[in-house]
Amino acid sequence: MLKSITRSLLFALSLAALPALAQITEYRLDNGMKVIVKEDHRAPVVVSQVWYKVGSSYEPDGVTGISHVLEHMMFKGTEKFGPGEFSRIISALGGNENAFTSRDYTAYFETLAVEHLERALELEADRMRNVRLDPAEFAKEIEVVKEERRLRTEDKPSGKVFEQFNAVAWRSSPYRNPVIGWMNDLEHMTVDDLAAWYRRWYAPNNATLVVVGDVRPEAVREMAERHFGPLETSEILPLKPAAEPKQVGETRIEVKVPAKQPYLLMGYKTPIVGQSEDPWEPYALYVLSSVLDGGDSARLSRQLVRGSGIAASAGAEYGSYARLPGMFLLSGTPTDGHSVAEVEQGLRDQVAALRDQLIDEKELRRVVTQAVASKVYQADSLFYQAMEIGVLETVGLDWRLIESEIEAIKSVTPEQVRTVARRYLIDENLTVATLKPLPMDQQAASPATVAGGRHGS
Amino acid sequence: MGAKRYLPLLLLVFVGLAEAGPKVESWQTKRGAKVMFVHAPDLPMVDVRVVLDAGSARDGDLPGLAKFTNALLSEGAGDWDADALALRLEERGIELGNGSLRDMAWVSLRSLVEPDVLDVALGTMQKVLAEPRFDTGAVERVRQQMQIALRQSLQSPASVAKRRFFKTLYADHPYAHPPGGTEGALAEIRQGDLRQFHQRYYVAANAVVAIVGAVDRARAGQIAEQVTAGLNAGRHAPSLPAPPAVSGGELRETFPSSQTHIYVGQSGIARHDPDYMALYVGNHVLGGSSLVSTLGEEVRNKRGLSYSVYSYFSPMRVVGPFLMVAQTKNEQADEALEVMRETLVRFIEQGPSEDELEAAKQNLIGGFPLRISSNGKIVEYLAMMGFYDYPLDWLDTITGKLAAVDVEQVRDAFSRRISAPAGIAVIVGGSG
Repeated sequence: MLKSITRSLLFALSLAALPALAQITEYRLDNGMKVIVKEDHRAPVVVSQVWYKVGSSYEPDGVTGISHVLEHMMFKGTEKFGPGEFSRIISALGGNENAFTSRDYTAYFETLAVEHLERALELEADRMRNVRLDPAEFAKEIEVVKEERRLRTEDKPSGKVFEQFNAVAWRSSPYRNPVIGWMNDLEHMTVDDLAAWYRRWYAPNNATLVVVGDVRPEAVREMAERHFGPLETSEILPLKPAAEPKQVGETRIEVKVPAKQPYLLMGYKTPIVGQSEDPWEPYALYVLSSVLDGGDSARLSRQLVRGSGIAASAGAEYGSYARLPGMFLLSGTPTDGHSVAEVEQGLRDQVAALRDQLIDEKELRRVVTQAVASKVYQADSLFYQAMEIGVLETVGLDWRLIESEIEAIKSVTPEQVRTVARRYLIDENLTVATLKPLPMDQQAASPATVAGGRHGS
Repeated sequence: MGAKRYLPLLLLVFVGLAEAGPKVESWQTKRGAKVMFVHAPDLPMVDVRVVLDAGSARDGDLPGLAKFTNALLSEGAGDWDADALALRLEERGIELGNGSLRDMAWVSLRSLVEPDVLDVALGTMQKVLAEPRFDTGAVERVRQQMQIALRQSLQSPASVAKRRFFKTLYADHPYAHPPGGTEGALAEIRQGDLRQFHQRYYVAANAVVAIVGAVDRARAGQIAEQVTAGLNAGRHAPSLPAPPAVSGGELRETFPSSQTHIYVGQSGIARHDPDYMALYVGNHVLGGSSLVSTLGEEVRNKRGLSYSVYSYFSPMRVVGPFLMVAQTKNEQADEALEVMRETLVRFIEQGPSEDELEAAKQNLIGGFPLRISSNGKIVEYLAMMGFYDYPLDWLDTITGKLAAVDVEQVRDAFSRRISAPAGIAVIVGGSG
């Protein structure tokens, strides 16, 4: 019965997703900029994303966070447009716009009614080469970024744990630095640093335009040629390789911050697509992560959250698309009466079981079925579809992997899952961080005070 | 300047959108649940969202009861315990979600339209809504999870400030407590309380079923009947009391954080308030459109005080709050608070300029197609429209209503409804 369900799901996928995949068009402008268009004619809207191959993993020590700060400054005007003008123009066209920076990329996006696409492209092209890095604007914006860091990391226990965890897990890989940068580096960053960073990375031959929506590829091509075509290229010097030395023993760290609830984060160094001993390894790791955490029926929920009940929550996470090898992450929060150590042991037992025993065929089928169904569900979001293409292109892979990933997942065998567990999910490869709550005394020490009370009507 | 240059485009967009809304159909199930349906044939999937007037406003003396009940729905129903229920869905790629806020509780479903799969999805949803088991083990597990979530929220100065704001604004009103409950009540809630809550509020008369997907009207009719088949007809939840009048003032609470979080606000509007459009569009200028808003300009762009600064009206079943929010390093807290207050006072006195209002309207009207550009977004709109009794043509008429708002209406609505002295300021952070 299960088998027939799986087969019929695959049939559903072939109806929905495959024709959609056929509608992706790629071309390259003469100046080296890549343009990828995916048609989706369900609504008269479009998402446009410009992806740059630069992010925190490109940053040398001393200027960590510079890619993200530059992203902020990209909204502060160009030779042609004043600070904030970009946002105001897109807003008045009914659009949303923003940007995001990660380890391996910086991307700028606009979502808007399809008739305004050209205006968005014109503005993106303008700021690709003509941003104005004004010292006065920078002086304010760097403070905004520090506030962002306080919000996301300094005052957030889980954010703090994640940052400290990465800092000790990696000896050499630039993934040891936070995307937002260390506070010290933000404090000493200058507008000249930014200008140099901008000149070095912001050029058409280091960018990919992804457009998804109610468009015709030829029309997008014409617009892209009109606006991005005239831009000059830069010489993009390749980064030196950043190979992480082999880890030779478990690493542990305690993070002590004011908090009320302990927390555990563990990571095993793992390969990624394009950089693995065998090409199937990343897909086997994907299956493994779904066996552990692919929903409420997966092992962590079933055995640690229900079952033994030692964890209030437990999760596994693995990303196979990146520029540099990453980690297979496990996390958990103990229930009252159980310790972080017990949760750690519980997670280690789960990993050991995967090294010792083959996963069940039924589990494997569940993982494949979910992957197939979510392909259909993901097609409901323009933004997701564009992200998927942009990430693959920008980390140095090929968007055509989208077409083959279901096949690759379906080809994974229980033996391969056991093999990757044996190769990578081993103690020598492990980093463990625990959040040790310090008392939050101050809070209790000062009762709320009310001043200037006035009765409303 | 930008606004003026693009004025002609507004007209273009507006004309183009006059009939852009999806066709919404509505009817009642045999047992009296309201159904809202949009046919979306492009993807071979269907979204079903059942919303009930069963949020924390119905908690009574046990804060957290509504959310506790809702969380248990997927922890075992009918013949299936939590393991069996999850497996049934996940081995078919079906996604089931649930949640609960102050007004609304919901169960959502996403499934492929493949008949064998969809039948299992709908049958399971029916049991989840009508026959949750409330097994002792599941009750204790969810209790723990909610207690831990509560403690985790108290690690965050933002959620501490927000809790304090609601508690002050709503005093003894059911909106006062957080949907996640309180330490005391979470320890106290018994299986019987959960069953009773479920029996009273998870009934057809209290439910709206929103459906979007590749199914026709006839199939949607069957879907609505099937998912509500186990529910009693029941009665709609009673009206909520009007929120009390409370005094304005300032509350400071210390917290071991490097930033101070500022929540300034007062009572705002209910869903069908006649000032809704004027206040909504006005707020878009004031702080609704992030960086392109007056607050964004004053607090972030001009002074670099805060990363995230915004304001909003949260229109609810009865009067919901109006809030301005920012966070800044402790030593700048007073400065940020001052700027927020001054910005509001100036806005109340002067209202938006013609250009500002025009730009806000262009954003809201021109951006409307984005808000209904996926099945996932449409199903949430339908659920909301059904829940708050909006007319079926609401999606078709909203752009016209937005276009009709003028500067004088905004100024008038703000000056009548928002007054700085009535504001409550909650300031939570370190001492600098």
